[in-house]
Amino acid sequence: MDHFPTNWGRPRNDAYDAYGTFPIPNRPLNAPKDAFGEGVQRTQQPIVTGTSVLAMKFKDGIMMAADNLASYGSLARFKDVQRLQPVGDYTVIGAGGDMSDFQYIQSLLDDLVVEEFTNQDGHNLGPKEIHEYLSQVMYGRRTKINPLWNSLLVGGFKDGERFLAYVDLLGTTYSADTLATGYGAYIAQPLLRRAVEGRAGGADALPEEEAAKIMEDCLRVLFYRDARSLNKYQTAVITASGVSISDSKALETSWSFAEGIRGYGAQTQ
Amino acid sequence: MNPMNTAAQPQQRQFNPYTENGGTILAIAGVDFSVIAGDTRQSEGYNIQTRYAPKVFRLTDRAVLAVNGFAADGNMFVKKVKQRLEWYRHAHAKDMPLHAIARLIQTMLYGRRFFPYYVYNILGGIEDDGSGAVYSFDPVGSYERETCRAAGAAQSLVQPFLDNQIYFKNQQPAPGTAHPAHLPLPHVLSLVIDSFTGATERHIEVGDGLEIYVVLAKGRDLSGLEGFAGLQEVSSRSDGERIFVIRRELKKD
Amino acid sequence: MATASTYAPVGFDFSNQVRNQFLQEKGLPLPKATSTGTTIVGCLFKDGIVLGADTRATEGPIVADKNCEKIHYLTDSIRCCGAGTAADTEFTTALISSNMALHELSTGRKPRVVTAMTMLKQMLFRYQGQVGAALVLGGVDATGPHLFTIAPHGSTDKLPYVTMGSGSLAAMAVFESGWKAGMTREEALSLVTDAICAGIFNDLGSGSNVDACVITAGHTDMLRNFVRPNERVAKEQRYLFRRGTTAWKKESVRDLIVSEEVRPIGGAGAEAMDTS
Repeated sequence: MDHFPTNWGRPRNDAYDAYGTFPIPNRPLNAPKDAFGEGVQRTQQPIVTGTSVLAMKFKDGIMMAADNLASYGSLARFKDVQRLQPVGDYTVIGAGGDMSDFQYIQSLLDDLVVEEFTNQDGHNLGPKEIHEYLSQVMYGRRTKINPLWNSLLVGGFKDGERFLAYVDLLGTTYSADTLATGYGAYIAQPLLRRAVEGRAGGADALPEEEAAKIMEDCLRVLFYRDARSLNKYQTAVITASGVSISDSKALETSWSFAEGIRGYGAQTQ
Repeated sequence: MNPMNTAAQPQQRQFNPYTENGGTILAIAGVDFSVIAGDTRQSEGYNIQTRYAPKVFRLTDRAVLAVNGFAADGNMFVKKVKQRLEWYRHAHAKDMPLHAIARLIQTMLYGRRFFPYYVYNILGGIEDDGSGAVYSFDPVGSYERETCRAAGAAQSLVQPFLDNQIYFKNQQPAPGTAHPAHLPLPHVLSLVIDSFTGATERHIEVGDGLEIYVVLAKGRDLSGLEGFAGLQEVSSRSDGERIFVIRRELKKD
Repeated sequence: MATASTYAPVGFDFSNQVRNQFLQEKGLPLPKATSTGTTIVGCLFKDGIVLGADTRATEGPIVADKNCEKIHYLTDSIRCCGAGTAADTEFTTALISSNMALHELSTGRKPRVVTAMTMLKQMLFRYQGQVGAALVLGGVDATGPHLFTIAPHGSTDKLPYVTMGSGSLAAMAVFESGWKAGMTREEALSLVTDAICAGIFNDLGSGSNVDACVITAGHTDMLRNFVRPNERVAKEQRYLFRRGTTAWKKESVRDLIVSEEVRPIGGAGAEAMDTS
């Protein structure tokens, strides 16, 4: 029996004080803590999160996709969230990770776009500039050990050139013909690479209709296997004629694959 | 503080501002040339992020920097070095000499001694006296001029190979002869290619593509480079030091 | 028959466990086991089962074996792919293979896949995950084709298509987008090859070649190195060392030929020894 009420209900460290011999004043503080005592709280972990974002180059531009779910842990909390956001006239960004940090990034980009517009200097923000800006913001925040907990894809089309790149909470950047964040990097990226890298002519030989078909297949597989995903999604297409983001679409799914299989082991009926 | 207090302290999962992005770089100096190479795979864990992310960068017409480790730090560091070199150009109307770039990199790295750039740098190029030079750095700025150096994920595979083939370690010369201090360019290029195909075989983080930068001293002819598959010139003028890139494929598994 | 004695118990020897845990707490790292950070798959089709595996074995980031065999023999019509700790997958499957052979001899019947599955899961459960074997078990028996996965802790799954190992997500993505019920042998084999290739090219823990195994009611085809998509290119140089490259400090030459004279004793006409 531990006779010290301050220890009741708390795990005890038997390695140091198996018999509770420490005098009460030296015990760890058990009272409620001052929430502001340790200064400003920083994002230590994402709270409301979005899962994968997918993107690929095709013949005429960039196609991106993300589902409409924002999870709260394992709870499917918000089921009508748009995770693809147009920025300026040539660019779309897609976000996985913390949704409140993403909204903050959206407000940063809104300010940036307004500032660039008011300059009226004949220069417009393209996808390259927006990606550079975002990577500097993300890297700057990680260097302050106060990261924006997101992985972002930036896709765009300007001056006859496709652009597709990634940036995350560490400020890591890279680009490729196909990109995917979160679980998409493990589940969708192999399918995207096979469809684009494995094609004669690569992304330049991929028409929009086929790209849309591949994208839908990847989202379906993600819905089958990523427990934080949703069968409701949007796609963005960025071409020479500008940015278009679709309405929410539903995925057709089939769950009859294991018909005739019973149990998980020796059971047969 | 008594031991019970330390044991009962709340445990916080801290944000880790670093990661490792794999890959390998190397550089070899010749008498009047320098070769700097790196693979182009960028990875995290068991995941390939991209098959093409350059790790070797042209700084000036006679300096090339290879950067390996945490990619975000690497890109930021190269950006800052380039910025300092441009300021130098504006102030002095000439490119910074190689040995000065090496010292600049040292001070820039040491400036972040207590929150380091998690990158291994290898600087290669041509010295003012026209000799090929390689400088290698640790993440906090200790540096040294060498004839050859490998760094990154497969350093432990490639460096012993280079020690044996370039410094002739553990090799006795034939009676009455001596080992050469520097090797000719074609020989160096084949050692570089074999280093990377070998590292690709045995290290999971090396592969996809190979970029080899070759810096030639002012006035040196192109012997040893002609007819090389995938050769491309990237120098800004043809009457000074000249820089070439050779791009090759590596295995993608 | 091995008897359990106090001095030489059968099975694993745990006598160093306390010492090793103490050393580990003191910061001494334990030796790393070769793990097959792997892609292994199995797939049901019209007439049976196709199993698939890559052939890379790793020790941390180093490739330990570029062409190892991960589809292990259990019986003529039952095979088992192994991922996880290489030694555990090899010894576990070898042990169960022996027991299946004994079982076949004592019952006089062809053993069933569920028998192998039950033996494997009971063994793995007994060792509480310490035997790090993640398995894909497939085969055909009197009751038809069967396909299972067995996780290191002993839980099993029964599904028409399964994947395991570090490349399991890449391979599963291929199955989820390409599998359909009642495939032919060719369709199934090409789907399995695609799934393994997805692992080989997208997962750093997997690589080199594709092994496959097609099991049908009457016949088993082990297709070792069915596809080889990662042949090494020729080296730029040959690395031969001149005789005399290695330094030496002293030289000593010994004559290893011993000559001896044999002199027969006894009479010239002595009888030969009776050796019968």
